[in-house]
Amino acid sequence: MPILETQGLTYTYSVGSPFEKTAVDHVDLRIDEGEMVGVMGHTGSGKSTLIQHFNGLLKPTSGKVLLEGKDIWEDKDKIRDVRFKVGLVFQYPEYQIFEETVYKDIAFGPKNMGLDEAEIKRRVMETAEDIGLKEELLDRSPFELSGGQKRRVAIAGVMAMEPKVLILDEPTAGLDPAGRDKILDHIKAYHRRTKNTILIVSHSMEDIAGFADKILVMNKAKLFCYDETKKVFGRSEEISQIGLDVPQITRVFDRLKGRGLDFGKEVYTVGYARDLLLKQLSEREGQ
Amino acid sequence: MRLNCDLAEVVRTHRKGRIMSNIIEIKDLHFSYKGDEETPDVEVLKGIDLNIEQGEFVAVLGHNGSGKSTLAKHINAILLPTSGKVLVDGIDTADEQRLFDLRQRAGMVFQNPDNQIVSSVVEEDVAFALENLGVPYEEMRRRVDESLKAVNMYDYRLHSPSQLSGGQKQRIAIAGVIAMEPKCIILDEPTAMLDPQGRREVMATIKRMNKEKGITIVLITHYMDEAAQCRRVVVMDKGRVVMDDSPKAVFSRVEEVKSIGLDVPQVTELAWELRKAGCDIPGDILTEEECADAIERLFRS
Repeated sequence: MPILETQGLTYTYSVGSPFEKTAVDHVDLRIDEGEMVGVMGHTGSGKSTLIQHFNGLLKPTSGKVLLEGKDIWEDKDKIRDVRFKVGLVFQYPEYQIFEETVYKDIAFGPKNMGLDEAEIKRRVMETAEDIGLKEELLDRSPFELSGGQKRRVAIAGVMAMEPKVLILDEPTAGLDPAGRDKILDHIKAYHRRTKNTILIVSHSMEDIAGFADKILVMNKAKLFCYDETKKVFGRSEEISQIGLDVPQITRVFDRLKGRGLDFGKEVYTVGYARDLLLKQLSEREGQ
Repeated sequence: MRLNCDLAEVVRTHRKGRIMSNIIEIKDLHFSYKGDEETPDVEVLKGIDLNIEQGEFVAVLGHNGSGKSTLAKHINAILLPTSGKVLVDGIDTADEQRLFDLRQRAGMVFQNPDNQIVSSVVEEDVAFALENLGVPYEEMRRRVDESLKAVNMYDYRLHSPSQLSGGQKQRIAIAGVIAMEPKCIILDEPTAMLDPQGRREVMATIKRMNKEKGITIVLITHYMDEAAQCRRVVVMDKGRVVMDDSPKAVFSRVEEVKSIGLDVPQVTELAWELRKAGCDIPGDILTEEECADAIERLFRS
């Protein structure tokens, strides 16, 4: 059952002015409940405009966005509920922190939802654990924390609303490799616990390869593809052509294929490449 | 560890068989951010010795908080040493009298393209520093045009920077630095906020500046593939230089690199994993070509 669906979704900026530009052009999409989706597309491809439709920050010029089968703009007064069900974490979310303590900052969303204190507390404690913030940090001012910790506080604030769909726009931007892996691991932990749908926008296919069940690629305002991760990596040449980066390891196997050494599988992580090569080597020795 | 670094330096100088001039000389550099009554001083740089020759292309790696940006800010006197010395083209960065000379020789490009553009027209932005220096008009016109051509942005000279992509803005920032005709450019994570296309544009521009104009490049980055394109990689950890060598030599120390929170390129990691499993494969693979060659040898032998 799809949790999120778009039908002919189109959005045009500055209609009727010389700057008129269609940023999202007839996108039809069905995202199933519980999926972990990687969203890619170069700057200006329309991916940010697209995701801002998912929680009603933008209203389609034409077409529809359906959440759990219902048009989110059917009743304009209910759009607030949509924002509780679809949580959006912007780029560099640490700049949006404002509360006195980490606890209060994470509790801000749940409080606005009108939840009782006990429920708010449960949510703050659980998300803090998912995102790897130790309990003793909760009483501290968020402004005393490191950049990576601040970012995790900001993400936890949206997670604590337990949205059915969580969308993160480049959650690892500007982090070092260890910080990047840490954030992605914590998001995975949250996904394992809640089984909620997650969309992560990323420029790094190497990162996406590590978590995504499916990949959504936008190109020039259109949906380029939405498919299982391994199928998308099978189209590595096209992906490179539209200006995106294919993992280095995939490019190595493409190169080998060109030399007549075809392993018959789409390779996009180092671990998988190692296992595949070792297996094939031992089979050869067995012969 | 320090001994190893010095040894590598000596070997490199000997290999070239001549004494090169150092554009950047850093001697026992210590730096602390000052605390107050309640908070103690925080020592961020704990004795850095580093020499960089004119024309080198050096990457500086290190996790967040390792001190690499603090080090970069010492090269053009945004920060001054708590103790030790930093010399750029022979100028002591602590010599206030020569601050303008220094900054003309060592230009800096920062992470966020939006924080370093000041004008509403591209060519005016590139001319900004030259105007401050009082460069005559004809000369200024020539330098601005040349710089914009060098970064492939000449066609955009009359555009507004707000209409440009992140990669294009960074190239404008680089043009502004080049117009000063510096000997050295320090770039502090110039591609961190860019998409893959923008990253490629900026890297290609930096490499060309190094090759064609002989400008010394110090590139601070989180991207291992960018470091792999440099000729020398300096790795920082906890305020110290812990490795200083060719990218091949640095990345072949996979476990050490990972233990300080950094990554190695995927091809290097695959080769290392295969070696651990007993395969006969070199440990210092750095490019896709080398990796494909090595795998092909394994399967065709």
